[in-house]
Amino acid sequence: MTWFRKKGQKIEVVPADERVVKTEGVFRKCPECDAALFKKDLEESLQVCPPCGHHFRIGARERLAILYDNADYEELDAEVISNDPLNFVDTKPYPQRLEQAKRSTGLPEAIINARGKINGHTVYAGAMDFSFLGGSMGSAVGEKVTRLVERAIKERAAVITITSSGGARMQEGTLSLLQMAKVSAALAQLDKSRLPFISILTDPTTGGVTASFAMLGDVIIAEPKALIGFAGPRVIEQTIRQKLPKDFQRSEFLLEHGMLDAVVDRREMRPLIVKLLEFMVNPEINAPLLDVDINFAGGQNGYNAKTAATLLKEQPSEATVPGSKSPADK
Amino acid sequence: MLDKDINAFERVKLARHPDRPYTLDYIETIFEDFVELKGDRRFADDPAMVCGFARFHGLSVGVIGQQKGRDTKQRRHRNFGMPKPEGYRKAMRVMNLAEKFNRPIFSFIDTPGAYPGIDAEERGQAEAIANNLLEMAKLDVRVIVTIIGEGGSGGALGIGIGDRVLMLENAIYSVISPEGCAAILWKDASQSSLAAEALGLTANNLQRLGIVDEVVMEPGAGAHTSHLEAAKLLDQALWKNLESLKAVTPAELQARRYSKLRAIGQ
Repeated sequence: MTWFRKKGQKIEVVPADERVVKTEGVFRKCPECDAALFKKDLEESLQVCPPCGHHFRIGARERLAILYDNADYEELDAEVISNDPLNFVDTKPYPQRLEQAKRSTGLPEAIINARGKINGHTVYAGAMDFSFLGGSMGSAVGEKVTRLVERAIKERAAVITITSSGGARMQEGTLSLLQMAKVSAALAQLDKSRLPFISILTDPTTGGVTASFAMLGDVIIAEPKALIGFAGPRVIEQTIRQKLPKDFQRSEFLLEHGMLDAVVDRREMRPLIVKLLEFMVNPEINAPLLDVDINFAGGQNGYNAKTAATLLKEQPSEATVPGSKSPADK
Repeated sequence: MLDKDINAFERVKLARHPDRPYTLDYIETIFEDFVELKGDRRFADDPAMVCGFARFHGLSVGVIGQQKGRDTKQRRHRNFGMPKPEGYRKAMRVMNLAEKFNRPIFSFIDTPGAYPGIDAEERGQAEAIANNLLEMAKLDVRVIVTIIGEGGSGGALGIGIGDRVLMLENAIYSVISPEGCAAILWKDASQSSLAAEALGLTANNLQRLGIVDEVVMEPGAGAHTSHLEAAKLLDQALWKNLESLKAVTPAELQARRYSKLRAIGQ
């Protein structure tokens, strides 16, 4: 028997799905200095903590928007996506992981290719996104970087890559490994053509991406305190069984050790790139024109591309495409 | 104007004057939009050598030079303007970039010498300098070298091969410091004044020997009396010399560079 009886609901219950904390989505806490940052302010400062300068990780599309004039660029090669050449299964099948990554990030792959203008200069830029399978480089990423470079050679334009990657993608095995060689070979052609390549390293850039195109820039710039290295710190610690110093493999460490040209705040990045391009873009250079075949064939090896017809339409100057036979004939 | 009364050792003192403008002072006043590039991509960045891209009279150019420090802290940071192998390698890397993008190069010499230390030897100081001599002879862009202060031996020559070699009125350029020379040949370092005279390390002497193409005047009693005035005079000289090579083809640049070097000491 109860002594007191509730006669009715006195307090109106807010249904669970309507219950919200009002400040949510308005503030973000800085992991470095614990400051509560107004999200609007953070957006204006390009996701750099205004009090302490901590650089939050940002996505590939945001990076491209920061770089290009009026945040305006054309996305290229979105149809180049990884398939599953090894039928790889770890705790989950690889295609399932890919699907999940696509859904959660809204990106087709770990890199976005773009063409646009920076201070009037045509620039082909590829921005990587760590949230897509750790920004790993599989066949599709390797292919996309290579296409970026080949397009630039054809149009005599500059290349910029913004890296954020854990390295080569394990799920595609040795095919991933050889992408390092493929993109480097493409960059050798770019160098021969005397065209500029600027590499921007962001947190984190490690493994096969560092050991290939990220470290091959004519000029290499990093954001402050980005983790940059070949072997990741956990691997090194487990191998040598020693605790690593705190600044080891950070941008500033690399600058001191001669690996970088500059460490630059994200908010200063675009103005610096503009200055660099002024020096590096020289229309008077008569380099031997390399005959690069940019009839990209849809490969069986690890990536899918739509059709050659779609690709050819996307060529900036269709008229200059040599032998524009459809690679689908192959 | 050149004061004939100033003897060689007084020039040595002027060349080492602590208030004399250094490479970065000239970069600040003569050039615009300087972007410093660091690192040799091998071992370290060397603060004793500054390198980068800049604008000179509206033209994109590469700039390299040795940098001394103004106070104790800076001097240590800049290693007293004595580059290590990584400094020479960084300079060559930036020169090769300038060549790739067909931009002329300005080199500013101001060093007591390349750093004589264990670590520098371990990493191949001699190889780094030698490689620069070889590579600079092959550059197919215009290179204007200016000795702005101390031209200390191989450490100076390591960035000193060019199409035009200018030298400031009170700068010195020598195979060894007068003190070092006196210690070895006179067995007495206090004889450095004599050694300075004997080494013929002044701008006038070197112009006579065909090692220096042009002597650039300094304001008043020396560049230290007015950095701005000194920069103005140097700016004019640099522009005139750069323009004089405008029409020369890369092949001709290299050929002239070779025949000029070939004639020295003949």
